[in-house]
Order: sequence, then C-alpha cells, then structure tokens
Amino acid sequence: MIERSILYYYEVITSYGLGEVGQGVADAPMGTLQTDIREIANREYKYGFVTDLPADAVPRGLSEDVVRLISAKKNEPEWMLNWRLKAYRYWVQLKKSEAEPTWARVHYPPIDYQDIIYYSAPKPKKALKSLDEVDPEVLAMFNKLGISLAEQERLSGVAMDAIVDSVSVATTFKKKLADVGVIFCSFSEAVQNHPDLVQKYLGSVVPYTDNFFATLNSAVFTDGSFCFIPKGVRCPMELSTYFRINAADTGQFERTLIVAEEGAYVSYLEGCTAPVRDKNQLHAAVVEIVALEGAQVKYSTVQNWYPGDAEGRGGIYNFVTKRGKCAGARSKISWTQVETGSAITWKYPSVVLQGDDSVGEFYSVALTANRQQADTGTKMIHIGKNTKSTILSKGISAGFGQNTYRGRVRVGKSATGAQNHTQCDSLLLGSTCGAHTIPYIEVKNPTARVEHEASTSKIREDQLFYCRQRGIREEDAVSMIVNGFCREVFKQLPMEFAVEAQKLLSVSLEGCVG
Amino acid sequence: MLNIKNLHATVGGRHILQGLNLQVGEGEVHAIMGPNGSGKSTLAHVLAGRDGYEVTGEVTYEGRDLLAMLPEERATGGVFLAFQYPVEIPGVGNLYFLRTALNAIRKQRGLDEFDAMDFLEFAKAQMKLVEMDPSFMNRSVNEGFSGGEKKRNEIFQMAVLEPKLAILDETDSGLDIDALRIVASGVNALRRKDRAMLVITHYQRLLDYIEPDHVHVLANGRIVQSGDKNLGRQLEAQGYTGLNVPVTAG
Amino acid sequence: MGAMDTRGQTFVQRLSCVPESNGGLTAFRRAALEWVSEHGFPTTRDEAWKYTQVSPILDIPFTPAQQGMDLGLSPGWIDQHAGRLGGVRLVFINGFFAKGLSSFEDIPQGAKITNLASVEGSFSQSLKDQPNAFTALNTALARDGAFIQIPKNVVLETPIHLVFVSGTESEPTMSHPRSLVVAEAGSTATVVETHLGAATGTGRYLSNAVMDVALGEGAVVTHIYVQNEAETAFHLSHLGIRPGAGSRVTTHSVALGGRIARQEVKVMFNAPGAQAVLNGLYMPMNKQHIDNPTAIEHIAPQCESRTLYKGVIGGQGVGIFDGRVVVHPGAIGTDSSQANKNLLLSDTAQANTRPRLEILADDVKCAHGATVGQLDDQAIFYLRSRGVPVQVARDILTLAFADEMLNLIPMTALRSHVRERAMLRMRAEAQEVIG
Repeated sequence: MIERSILYYYEVITSYGLGEVGQGVADAPMGTLQTDIREIANREYKYGFVTDLPADAVPRGLSEDVVRLISAKKNEPEWMLNWRLKAYRYWVQLKKSEAEPTWARVHYPPIDYQDIIYYSAPKPKKALKSLDEVDPEVLAMFNKLGISLAEQERLSGVAMDAIVDSVSVATTFKKKLADVGVIFCSFSEAVQNHPDLVQKYLGSVVPYTDNFFATLNSAVFTDGSFCFIPKGVRCPMELSTYFRINAADTGQFERTLIVAEEGAYVSYLEGCTAPVRDKNQLHAAVVEIVALEGAQVKYSTVQNWYPGDAEGRGGIYNFVTKRGKCAGARSKISWTQVETGSAITWKYPSVVLQGDDSVGEFYSVALTANRQQADTGTKMIHIGKNTKSTILSKGISAGFGQNTYRGRVRVGKSATGAQNHTQCDSLLLGSTCGAHTIPYIEVKNPTARVEHEASTSKIREDQLFYCRQRGIREEDAVSMIVNGFCREVFKQLPMEFAVEAQKLLSVSLEGCVG
Repeated sequence: MLNIKNLHATVGGRHILQGLNLQVGEGEVHAIMGPNGSGKSTLAHVLAGRDGYEVTGEVTYEGRDLLAMLPEERATGGVFLAFQYPVEIPGVGNLYFLRTALNAIRKQRGLDEFDAMDFLEFAKAQMKLVEMDPSFMNRSVNEGFSGGEKKRNEIFQMAVLEPKLAILDETDSGLDIDALRIVASGVNALRRKDRAMLVITHYQRLLDYIEPDHVHVLANGRIVQSGDKNLGRQLEAQGYTGLNVPVTAG
Repeated sequence: MGAMDTRGQTFVQRLSCVPESNGGLTAFRRAALEWVSEHGFPTTRDEAWKYTQVSPILDIPFTPAQQGMDLGLSPGWIDQHAGRLGGVRLVFINGFFAKGLSSFEDIPQGAKITNLASVEGSFSQSLKDQPNAFTALNTALARDGAFIQIPKNVVLETPIHLVFVSGTESEPTMSHPRSLVVAEAGSTATVVETHLGAATGTGRYLSNAVMDVALGEGAVVTHIYVQNEAETAFHLSHLGIRPGAGSRVTTHSVALGGRIARQEVKVMFNAPGAQAVLNGLYMPMNKQHIDNPTAIEHIAPQCESRTLYKGVIGGQGVGIFDGRVVVHPGAIGTDSSQANKNLLLSDTAQANTRPRLEILADDVKCAHGATVGQLDDQAIFYLRSRGVPVQVARDILTLAFADEMLNLIPMTALRSHVRERAMLRMRAEAQEVIG
C-alpha cells in the first residue's frame, strides 16, 4: 500500500496561521494508509473558547486595508505584504478596465467583489462528544482514504487526548519526510519557516499579473500547501491535500506551490468538497509547479465542489489557475483531473515546456449535469527542443450541462522537434446539453508535429440494448458505458482515487439519464 | 415454454412480421431459416425487446407475457440473444461487463453474487468451450475483436449466463469453416434438456453441426413451412424458390 | 467588436459618403455604414478575428476606387491569368462591370447572368446574416458585382466565370464587389470566382468582396474560388451560402495572393437534408498572411458538412484555418467532419489552426482533426537516392500534398491553370530557400 501524507483543509478561508491545531495519526497498522492530517476546523462556535480574535475583524469587501489586515493576521513578513499589495493594485486596474475574462463559454451574473468576505476570523473547534457529530461528508472522505475508525475519532477531535497525542505524532511523521528533506506544510508555515524558497518560486510560474482571478488570488490568498522535494529525492509517500469550503458568503483562495528540484519525484493528490449552499461561492485558487532538470511531478485532482441544485441554484464558481513549468531538461509534469463538481468550472491546468526534452501531460474527465457549466482544458507551451505533450480530454454532458474543452498548443520558434498529440472526446447524454471543442493550435517551428483529433457522440441505442439484453439495468448500463468512456483517464489516477472517481461519476449521473 | 401467436411487427412503416406463430417446448432446438428480408432478425429483436418496433400479438414465455417485460427483465428471466452484430463498448472490460450481467441474473434467481476472483475461475472454465484466449477478457467488450472472435464471445457469454432460451441470430454469418466448427461445438456443448434454442440462419451449413429438432421456413413475416432437420437439407438443395416460397423485399 | 477607435474612425471618415442609389437603397447603405461606426472594426480580441490584425489595413488611407481604370487589361490577359474556361465570363475592374472584357456565350434559356447593378432590387436580397465591419462596408459601398439566377430544373453544363481584377495606379484604393447567386429548385450550376491583381498598377489596394449563394430545394452548386491578388494587396471576402432542403453545395477555395487575405465561407443550414463540402488550399509565402475562417451552422436536421482545408506555408508566411461548426438544438442527425492539415516549409513559417465544434443536440456525428508537420525526411531522402535534387524533391512532395486539394477541382482546364499558379507560388518559396 502506498503511503500518503495528507494536508486536510477544513474551511481553509478561516484557518491558517491562526489558532490552528496540528493533528496527526500514529503509524497506521500495516496495510492501511499512513496519514498525517492537519485539520483546522471552523465549526460553529459553541463553547466559547477564544476571545481575542473578533470574528468581524475583516469587513465584507475588498480594499487595500483588507489585504493589509489579512497579511497582518497571518503575521507575514513585509515582502509578502508587498507582493499582495502589488497584486491588489494591479487587480484594481484590471477591474477598472473590465478585464474579467468573458471569452469562456460560461454564463453567470456579475460577481460583486465587494460582497465577498475575504477573510473571517477563525472560530475554535468545539469538543465533539462522538463521531456522530462529525460532518458525514468528512467521515466519508476519511473512509475513502482508508483511515480507521479510531483514527477518525482522533482526527475529528472527538477524543481530546488524542489531539494532544497527535501533536507528537505529527512530528514523527514530519520527521519521516524531513529525513529525506521533503518539506510539506501549509503555505503560511512556509512563509514563516522557508521564506527564501517561497520568495524564490512564488509567482515564478503564475505571476501576480497573470489573469484576473490569479491576480485576485495573489492579493487575498488565505492559505494552501507548500511542497518542496529536494534534489534527487523520490518523495517516499504520496502527498495529499483535502480542501473543503464550509462557511457561507466567503470566497476561497488557496495557493499551492510545488517545487521539485533536479531529479526529484512527487505524486500529489488534491480532493475537494463543499456543502450545499443556495448562494454561489467563489473559489479562485492558484497552483504553481516548478520542475527542475529531470524532475517529475504528477498532480491529480478529484474536484467535487458543490455543483448547485437541479435548477442551478447555488454551487461553487471554480475559477482556478493551475500551471506547471518544466524549467529543466527532461523534466515532466502530468496533470490528471476529474471534474464532477462546481456550478461553473474555469480551469486550464497548463505546462510550460521550457527545458529540452521535457514532457507535459493533461488527462481530464469533466462532467456537467443539471445546469453545470465547464470551460476547461489545458495549455501546452512548447519552448524547449524535443518537448512532448499529450492531451486526453473526455467531456460528458447531461441534463442542461454545457461542457467546453478549450486547449492551446503553442509551438514556439525554438521548439525544434516538438510533438503534441491531442484527443478530445465528448459524450452527450440527452438533447438539452451541449458539448464544445475549441482547440487553438499555433505552430512556429516546421519540425513540430502536432495532431489534434476530436469526436462527439452519444451513447448508442445498440450499446444500451446489448447491455440490457445481458440483464443490466438501463441506468447501470449508462454508468458502465460512461465509465468505459473515461477509462483511459482513470488509469492515470492512483487506484483509490480512480475507484472514487468512478463512483462520483455514477452518482453525478443519477437522475440525469432515462 | 415459448408460445408465439399472431405476432406482427412494424418498423419505420414497414410491416415485417405478419402474423407469426411458433411454439417452442423446453429443451427443443428450433431452426428458423429464410431468405434475406424475411424477418428473421426482427423476430430475434422483438423477442429480446429492442425498442423501435410496433408489436402486436401474443408471446408467452414460461407463462408470462414476454412483450410486457423490459429487455433486462427478459434477460434475467433467462432469455439470451446471441447478436448477429455484437456491439463494441469502448473502455468497458469484457470480464467486468459479464460479471455485472451474471450478478444481475443471479440476483434475480436468488443466488449469491460472484466476486471477481470466483468469477474469474468460473469464466476461465467456460472460455475453453469456445477455445477463447483468456487475454480477450482484459480487452473492452468486443473492441478490436475480429468477426469470428465476436461470435465466439457471444457463445462464451451464453455459457456463462446459462439461459433457458437462447436465440442465436445468424451466429454463422461471417465465419470461416474453423470458426464455424468452434462456435457450433460450443453451442452443442451447451445443449441441455432444460435449455431451448432458436437458431436463426440463412444457410443449412450451421445445421450440419447443430442438429435441430425442428426447422421452420420464414418468409414475408410468417412461418410458411415446418418440418424436421431434412427440411433444411431440402432448402439447401433447391433454394427458397424451389420451395415455392414467395420472396419479396421487406 | 467594441466602440470604434480613432484608427477606425479615420478610416470611415475618409469614405465621406455612400454612393447615391435609387429608392430605399441609400438608407440601407447609410444604415450599414452607421453599423460600422457603432460597432467598430474587429480586433484580435474578437474570437473570429483572433489571428488576423486589421490595423495594417486601417492604417492605409484607402479611398473608393473610381470607374474607368483600364489597368492595361485585355481579354487575352484575362485568359492567361484567370484561365479560359469557355462559357459566360463576367469581368469586373475594381468592382465595376467591364462589359468590353466580358463574354456572354451559351447563356441557357431562362438563366439570368449579368451584373448586379443592372438588376432592380437585387441588392437588398443579399446579406441576411449578422454582418461584420467589412461585410457592412461592402453593403455601404458596393458598386457592382455579378447577378446569377438559374431557373428551376435548369442544368448548366459550362461554368460561369466571374473575374474580379483590382489595382491602382497611384493612391491606395479599395473596391467592394457584391454578387448574388440564386440557384432555384433542382437546378445545377458551377460558378468560378477569380480575384486577381491587375497587370499594371498592382500597388496597395483593398478588395473586399461579398457573395451570397442561395440554393433552392435539391439544387446542386459548385463554387470555385481562386484568390491570386497581388502580394502588396489586401483581400477580404465573404461567401455566404444558404442551402435549401436536400441541396448540395461544394466549394473549392484556393488562396494564393495578398499581403493580408481572409476568405470566409459561411453555410447556414436552415433546411433539412442538405449537404455542404468545403475544400480549401492556402499557400502563404514570403510575408503573406492568409486566414481561412469557415462557419457552418447546422440549424435544420439531417444535414451533412465536410470540411477539408490544407495549408502549405513557406517563407515568413502565416496560414490560418479557423473552422467553426455549430450544431443547434434540434439539428438531429447532423453529420459533420472538419479536418485541417498544414505543411510548414521554412523555419519562419507559422500555422495556426482552430477547428471548433459547438454541439447543442445529441443525435449527431461530429469529428474534427488537425495536423501540423513538415515534409517527410524519409521521402525526401528516397527521392534524392534516386537522383532527384533536393529542391526538386521538396517541390514534388509539396505539390503532392497540395494536389490532394487541387485534384478535387472538377474542370481540367481550371485545375491545370490553378495548379500552375500554385507551382509559381511554391517557386517563390524555393527561390527564397536557395537564396
């Protein structure tokens, strides 16, 4: 069994650097996952615990003061504050010049950026009496990750003594990573403890000027993960982050930075959920990956933010900038995403192939059901010689869902021998949904070889009949065929995630077919 | 076990089955022969419950109204159709597909579901029947299979699903002589006292291997002649016109 | 398109006024010009113009071309440069009808083939789609063009050849030919549209052509478009096709000339069971920029569209294929394919391709593909090993790539004429490689 380290963000917006309680788990029994879960929860305040952090410290809306306040609350060094302020000022310019992107094939009413709470003071955990009081979705995620019941109790803060225990456990675990030099911590901690690394790499792939949402994130990001794999190290376990939005009316702006030095390897997983809310919530995250010479980073996401109800009320606006830079020769960055959640997804995990012989991959399954909209794809920017990229995108539309693949493959003048292969397949379930494929292929080097193929189809009546003739119910047959359609992408995920992704897909399709 | 009375079927305005009558008893093997367009495949599809046909008449299967049942209910009730053109389902593993189907049927019969390991053992034994390479099991349903492999896969599925009524729709079409022999011996091995078969074919040659109890000639949507296995040989020698069977399109 | 910037304003101001015409036409033209003022010219922020900047065009002080320029043209020169196809040939110089250079052989009974200006009320029949700034400019400023009406069930054996010659002897001028083709139910016709730079005075000019083709039920139309403008010129064209039920249209576009050229083909399937085949070849060399947008709207059910465009790009040329297929709700049974293949001949050549699919109906079959690559080294080596010099080997293979499209052109005379022009373009590239 693969070992895995998990950062668990429970309502990230309110948590980092403030009143957090580090928790972990003792070495798990053989055959289960070893986990280090750092949970920082913001559950309903009940037992009056903290007094010196008033919850109304940061008012609704965005201003320079708010940015300063966020930075101050996180006790950030001046360089960090200055970076945030530069981003904020740039964002004000963008806002003024109406630079909020409109080119994506998604529709939503204008976002009132002054009606979002960018930071709310953390509220302390209440002591729970039993596991029954823990959010069932959190428990489900724990089960999914193979965490034993006893551990779940500790993780959820049910047994207070366990929390005390786990502080040292966390240290044990950290020691295991520290032994090989891997740093895996919250972004806030990294700013405090590894300022040189953060300063060196922050914004080096996604500068604060990158785009409207990335700029906003740069100004107000709350927390996220930081991961550093030093030269020659193969990270001994998979690293995971689990994000969850819980509070209403808040925006969520995580920032993740992954650096793999020469010859390093890491596999990183990201999962997300959000509870049901009838208002839309903005989630504008940024993920940056740097891979130096010979390094390999594999980033897998299973995104299951709340998609809104069948009428399209509520749900997360998932406006995310993810980009990796293959900075060194022979480096490789691979994105795998399974996008089943969110009301709107606007996301293009990309790779800048700068090093010679570097490799970029993008494997994606995006499902839009009910009133969901997704405009997602990738950018592969070939700069180095003999760089290779592979794009495999599977879009599924059901109900009134609108699903767009948008991908850019750019081969620069210097990218001699560059190769790209793109395959985009769309599956339509029903006549009221839409599937769109919008590739942009730009080639400036004659030795490049770029191929793009796409197809759109529906589940054929004869396929359904064949399954039903063998005794399989129609709904199960649809789910089976859809999962088959996605198989090549699921193969890229770690086993448990693949199983999870299949289940998610089947659940998301329920009620959309027939 | 199967009783068809005055069966009519229309598709796209074309009246294909025009009052077909047929009775099949438990364990009997019936061959249905007929020229192209006589309605053979329509009969198979209507019995399996395919959408798109306007159907009237009466079909009882083990005393139940077959026409009122969903395709999957017919299947779990023991009706199996070996397709003339087995469908490819990309990404869905052959073995996974078949286990899902078998478990649906076992559930209906009140049996325990097979887990992956037990099923694999069970399936391997059945594969030998049709001389199938186990590597096929890891491929997607029918994807990249040759015509002969697809037909063998159909018989293999029949062996696994253990139907009470098997309908073989032109199982011999597109097979070379070796494949035909393998498929036929698979079918023969699956003949049982409690398993009826409806073998639909254009040619006699399949019936040289699978000896039917009864042979019927289908023309213009009706059974126009019935007899024993010799009727097939007679057809082979004289052709459908020799039997004075009216041949028209549709 | 946003509000007009100063560059666009200056451009429009130079036009001073629209031509005076009869009846409501003047108001119609004014409205079109106002549309341009209001919406401005496209920028690269407009998806449909993403890869083509129009500012180099707007920066040039174009004024409308005047009638009566002779540009050293003769029927023999036209034969030589546009090809001699036999049958009817209408020649236009800078958008004005040149009757003396035209011929009216073999016009079949009932068919009407003449210049648009001579047909009352024909003008406002055309351009029913959403305009862009340039098609609107055409509406505002067009002086003449071809008018073709093929009556019901008439089959035209010989092609109708429309030749548009442009040029200027001094100041930069522009012209806006406007043509209309109506093929009534059950009729069959072939229309060849050639755009040429004149023998003399091939300075900076802008040719901004619009042609509308309406097909009646079951009509069959083949449209061949050969664009061989001067390399100093700017060329924009819009071919709008409205196929009737069960009709069939095939277009062949060969784009060779122009400094900046953009030839758009738009098909609106409003009636069921129609078929459109769009073939294209573009060969930007030197510093040419050739953009080929295709837009196919499947609104009615059971229509079929096939698009295949190939680009041969050399020098510092930029070739663009920008295909867009939209399948609207209810357009069930749509069968659409789009393919684009590009061959880059030099280190500085550029290919941009964007085959887009937007699908809002479920019972459809749609696929698209695109490739960009270079000549096969092994094939070149093979030819060289048989004694063929390297440049000849490259030419042979390049031509073979282009021939897939050229061979689809139905008339032998035209095909060999176009092939010859294409080879001349390639040679321009070869010279550059050697030099």
